[in-house]
Amino acid sequence: MITTGRSADAARRSLSGVMTTVTAACAFFAVTMLVLILGYIAVRGLGSLSLQFLTDTPKPVGEGGGIGNSIVGTLVLLGLASVIGLPLGVATGVYLAEFGSGKFASIVRFVADTLTGVPSIVVGVFVYTILVLPMRQFSALAGGVALAVIMIPIVARTTEEMIRLVPASLREGALALGAPQWRVTTGVVLPAAASGIATGAMLAVARVSGETAPLLFTALNYKFMSVRLDQPIASLTVQIYNYSISPYEEWHSLAWAATLVLMTMILFINIAVRFFTRKKF
Amino acid sequence: MSTPTTAPTPVFEARGDAAKRPPGDPPAPVKITVRGLNFFYGRAQALYDISLDIRERVVMAFIGPSGCGKSTFLRTLNRMNDTIPGTRAEGEILLDGADIYTPGTDVVALRRKVGMVFQKSNPFPKSVFDNVAYGLRINRLTRTNGELHERVEKALEDAALWSEVKDRLKSSALGLSGGQQQRLCIARALAVQPEVLLMDEPASALDPIATQKIEELIVELKKRYTIVIVTHNMQQAARVSDRTAFFWLGKLIEINPTEKIFTNPDEKLTEDYITGRFG
Repeated sequence: MITTGRSADAARRSLSGVMTTVTAACAFFAVTMLVLILGYIAVRGLGSLSLQFLTDTPKPVGEGGGIGNSIVGTLVLLGLASVIGLPLGVATGVYLAEFGSGKFASIVRFVADTLTGVPSIVVGVFVYTILVLPMRQFSALAGGVALAVIMIPIVARTTEEMIRLVPASLREGALALGAPQWRVTTGVVLPAAASGIATGAMLAVARVSGETAPLLFTALNYKFMSVRLDQPIASLTVQIYNYSISPYEEWHSLAWAATLVLMTMILFINIAVRFFTRKKF
Repeated sequence: MSTPTTAPTPVFEARGDAAKRPPGDPPAPVKITVRGLNFFYGRAQALYDISLDIRERVVMAFIGPSGCGKSTFLRTLNRMNDTIPGTRAEGEILLDGADIYTPGTDVVALRRKVGMVFQKSNPFPKSVFDNVAYGLRINRLTRTNGELHERVEKALEDAALWSEVKDRLKSSALGLSGGQQQRLCIARALAVQPEVLLMDEPASALDPIATQKIEELIVELKKRYTIVIVTHNMQQAARVSDRTAFFWLGKLIEINPTEKIFTNPDEKLTEDYITGRFG
């Protein structure tokens, strides 16, 4: 057993103990906040949850009604945003990581970083100007585009970071076997970075699934079940917003329940992506 | 190789790699010729006026202290340094008489002929089988699935790994031990049937038993391939190589038959390094 009587060692050990306690307390505080939020939403939301609530469309006050069309609308919007945003974002990230060493790439990187910080309502107004006004119509398409614009810089930068994490030795190994650059990228680098890229994509989807502001000017909202891209479409976030700002107690309960559904959806997206991108090798 | 000849063998060759062949055999033809090679990382010069010949089916070892340029030189032989921005090579490197630094050289084809094994084993995060099949697939070297399986099995056998992995071809290459991973990388390089095999300290991260396996493998592979090996381990150079080149501060100090380098080197610097006075 090592014993040291010196006070410097004792001071070092007690400082180490204090620091460990402080960081642990901070971590505990952060997790507690999250658990409290989730718990509160569950407690308030579970009361109004029913099969009818999940499948029905909104009704006037006092007649119940549900969020079936909002769930479908959110899925349509997320699907549309992913179809547009993920390929563009991943491709941009691949370009930045594999070929982007020049001036153009640093401009792209700077723009992407700036775009990440732009308030989402600005994106909503922007898409309103370039899509809603010319089409003279709020539409699911405009909503999907707005969400995609928010996703692209996030996905691009995470993809770039993940590709940069792939060890240079893997690239060299493939090049030494006579692989051309593009085959190294598609056959070795991308598969090695895939789970990280998927995690980034998933975080981007989760992030936009909670957006309300960009949808107010684009997808608007819709009372009925619809999957048409050229028509306004309902979404959970806008529906939650509408229920919440109403003066009716009943609609407030519906807002809590809809929030619970939204949180659960995001949870399932997370689990699903983790399952499909789990490390096979 | 065994054709009898009456041509007089130069004394110089008779003491080196040629000494291990029946007396009177002509030396093997030259595979790689390097003349006046200078190499730069940006403005820093890493290699100074290197000239040497590497003959077919001979193991050539490069020794020297860290930072002496031996790995850099090895990587010029398959133009692996091209991947590092700002590098530049001057002089000539001929493979079978053709300059590999001529503009328009097909680097992809060059690397197919000149395979490489790295210091740190770098299997792809794929299955054992897919690792070995990678080079065959990208270069479309096999026509049928059966042929692909044959070539993979052959490469694994040549790398003395087949018996250890034949039941786990579909599992991850990253689950193999360090020594197995390195032999897998050798198998991967052998699968495309290169003419020259470059090895950059292939055993430096391995334990003695794994090292011994790699060394036995090198001696075995010499029968069919021209092998250039960089090593920090002088005993290893002595054990596996026919000729040894000693590098110091980016210069080629001495190149001689391995026995001569280790028993009676021409240069004082070589002797000092080999006897452990520096480096």
